[in-house]
Amino acid sequence: MALPALLMFVAFAVVPLVGVLALSFTSWDGLGAIRPSGLDSWQEVLKDPNLPHSLWVTFEIMALSWAFQTPISLLIGVFLASRERYRGFLAVIYFIPLLLSQAAIALTFKALLDPNFGLGPGLDIDWLVQDWLGNRTLALCTVVFVVSWQFIPFHSLIYQGAVRQIPVSLYEAAQLDGAGRLRQFWNITLPQLKNTIITSSTLMVVGSLTFFDLIWVLTAGGPADATRALALDMYIRGFRASSMGPASAIAVILVVTGLLLAMLLRRLGGGRETTSQLEGM
Amino acid sequence: MKTSRRNFLTFALGVPIAGATLAACGSSGPGTENGGGGKGSGGTYWYLSVDPNETIRRNSLDRFNKAKPDEAIKGNAFQNDAYKEKIRVAIGAGNAPTVIWGWGGGGLASWVEAGAVEDLTSWFDENPDQKERRFASALAPAMVDGKFYAVPAESVTPIVLFWNKKVFADAGLQPPTSWEDMLALVPQFVDKDITPFALAGQSRWTNMMWLEFLFDRIGGPEVFQAIFEKKPDAWSDPAAIKAMTELQKLVKAGGFGKGFASITADTNADQALLTSGRAAMMLHGAWTYGSMKEEGGDFVKNGDLGYMNFPPVAGGTGDPSNTYGNPGQYYSLSSKATDEQKKAAKDFFSTQVLSDAEQSDWVNMAGQVPIVVGVDAKFKGLEDEAWLQFVYDTASKAKVFSQSWDQALGPVAAEPMLANIAKLFGLAITPEQFAQSMNKELAK
Repeated sequence: MALPALLMFVAFAVVPLVGVLALSFTSWDGLGAIRPSGLDSWQEVLKDPNLPHSLWVTFEIMALSWAFQTPISLLIGVFLASRERYRGFLAVIYFIPLLLSQAAIALTFKALLDPNFGLGPGLDIDWLVQDWLGNRTLALCTVVFVVSWQFIPFHSLIYQGAVRQIPVSLYEAAQLDGAGRLRQFWNITLPQLKNTIITSSTLMVVGSLTFFDLIWVLTAGGPADATRALALDMYIRGFRASSMGPASAIAVILVVTGLLLAMLLRRLGGGRETTSQLEGM
Repeated sequence: MKTSRRNFLTFALGVPIAGATLAACGSSGPGTENGGGGKGSGGTYWYLSVDPNETIRRNSLDRFNKAKPDEAIKGNAFQNDAYKEKIRVAIGAGNAPTVIWGWGGGGLASWVEAGAVEDLTSWFDENPDQKERRFASALAPAMVDGKFYAVPAESVTPIVLFWNKKVFADAGLQPPTSWEDMLALVPQFVDKDITPFALAGQSRWTNMMWLEFLFDRIGGPEVFQAIFEKKPDAWSDPAAIKAMTELQKLVKAGGFGKGFASITADTNADQALLTSGRAAMMLHGAWTYGSMKEEGGDFVKNGDLGYMNFPPVAGGTGDPSNTYGNPGQYYSLSSKATDEQKKAAKDFFSTQVLSDAEQSDWVNMAGQVPIVVGVDAKFKGLEDEAWLQFVYDTASKAKVFSQSWDQALGPVAAEPMLANIAKLFGLAITPEQFAQSMNKELAK
C-alpha cells in the first residue's frame, strides 16, 4: 500500500527538488543550452544586497500575518464551536473568503483600494482614500490584511473542530468550582488548544513562505521592492529576468527555510504534557 | 454597451489559447482560428490578441491561406503577458511556431544566440524592395550583428505627450513647450486637485518612458547608446545623473499624483485619468490612441485630446525631433521549421505582410501608421487624419527613432533596470545610487 504513495512522492516532490538543486549550479536563460556554472548562481544570490531585503519582507509578512490571524481565528473558532442555530449560518458567511481564488481576491481588493477609482473616492469616504498599495508601509499592511482576510476562515475552521474535541466534563468541573467564562477560556480552552495552535501556526508560517499570486496581483512586489518577498523574487528572477540559476538557488533557500521553521515549531510544540486523550463532546 | 462587448472579446480569447495548448502538444488542435482546411503544410504562426490588431493579423493570414491553400499557415492568438513567457518556453523546448511574432532588439538577439531563428539576410537581398519600402528606423531592431533575423512589420508607435485640452482651457493654462514649462505647470494643477501627469507606475516600463526622453533631451541618444554597448560607468554620465535628478524633482513636486505607484497600465487606469479630466497630461505610446477613443467616451471625438513630441530641456544637447517607442513589430522564422514551412512563411512575408490591403486595415481599423514609406497618402479625409499624420511625421522625421530601452536590452538586462527605475520613482534611491548599482550590471 505504501509503494504508490512513495512513487508519487518521488515523482512529484523528490525529482523536482533535485532538479531545482541541480539547476542552481548551472546558468540558463531559459532558451539556450544549460551550462554548469559551479557556485556562480549561489554567489550572485548571496552577494545580492536585495536578498536580505527579500528575506526581511518574507519574515515581516509571516510574523505580521501570524500575529493578526491567530487571535482572530481562535476567537471565531471558539465562538462558532457552540451549537446554536444562527452560528451555523454565520459560519457559512465566514467561510466564503476561503472558497475564492487568490487571484480573484487580489483583483477585487486592488480595484476597491484604487486611489482614483476605488471604494474611497467612489463613496467619498475620506479616510479610505489612501495610497494603500503605493506607500511602502501601507502596501505591506494591506498585503497582510488581504492574506489574513482569506485565511482566517480556514484557521477558524481548525479551531472550531478542536474546541469541539475538548471534553465537556472539564467545563462542568470548572463551573462547579465557580470559574467564570473568561477563566474557563484561559484555564481550559487555551491549554487544550495548544497542539491546534501549533498546527495552525505551522500552516500559517510555512504557508506564508509561498505567498505568491496574491502579492503578485496586488502589488507585483512594489511599490519599488517593498513587498518583494522571496517567492516573488524567485519568480521575477526566473521568468522576468530569465536567470534560472539564481532563481533556483532562491527556491532551495525557500525549501530549507520552510523545513527549518516546520521543525522548529514541532520542537516548540513538543508532544508532551497537556495533550488530551479523552473523548470529545 | 461597449464594456460588455469588450468583456466578451476577452472571454472569447480563452478558446484559441486552449487550442494552442493542444496544438503545442502535437495534436491537430481543434479550435485554431486559421485552419485553412488542414491541407496546408505551412506550419504555425503565433501572434498577439486584442482587437482591432488581432483581426488585422488574422485578415492577412486568411488572405494568404486563400491565395495559397497548399501552404496554409495555422494562426493562434495569445494575450500579451502570457505570450511573452509562453514563447520563451516554447522556443527553449524546441516547439516554436514557424512564424514567431516579436518585438525585435534584445529579445530577438537572445533567440539568435540560442540558434532559434533563421537568418533572413538573403531574403532581403533577393527582395530589395522589401527593405526600401519600410521606414529605416524599423529595420535596425530586426538586425543582430549586421544580419536580419526578423521582418519588420505592422505599425510604428512612438511615445508622445498627450494632454487634455479641456482641462488646460478650464485652468487657463497653455500646453508646455519645454521641460521647464512642464515643471512649472505641476503646482498649478496640484492646486486645482488635478494630477499633472497620469502614470501607471506599477507597470514599471511606464516609468522608463520618462527617463528615455529625459536622457535623450539632456544628453542625446549617445548616453543610452553607451549603456547599450556596456561601456564602463555609462550610467554615471553627467547627463544621466541630471536626467534622473530632474525626474525626481517632478516626483517630489507631486507631478504624478499620490497613488501612481499602485496603478497598472493593463487596466488602462492611467488613460482613464486623462480622458476623465482628473489628469492633465500623460506620456504614453501612440498605441493608446485606439483605446482612448474606444473607452474614453467622447473625449477623442470632441477633439479634447492634444498630443506633441516630448519638449526640449533647456541646455540639453538632444535633438528635439528624436523619439522613442516601438519602431515596428517583428516576425521571425523558426530555424526548427521544415523547408516547406520556411518557404510558406517567406511567401507569407513577401505577399501579405504590409500588403496594400493590410496597410489599409492598420490605418482604417486601428488608427495606426504602418511602417511603410508614403503610407500617408492613405490618410486623406479620414476621421483620424490629423492624428495619423502626426504619428507619421513624428516617426519619419525623427532624427533618431530609438527602440524602448527594455526591448533594446532584452529581458535579462532589462529586469534589474526596471527594478531600479521603480526605486528611483519611489524616491527610495538617489540618482547616484541608481547609477552605482546599474554600473555593476554593466560589468556583468
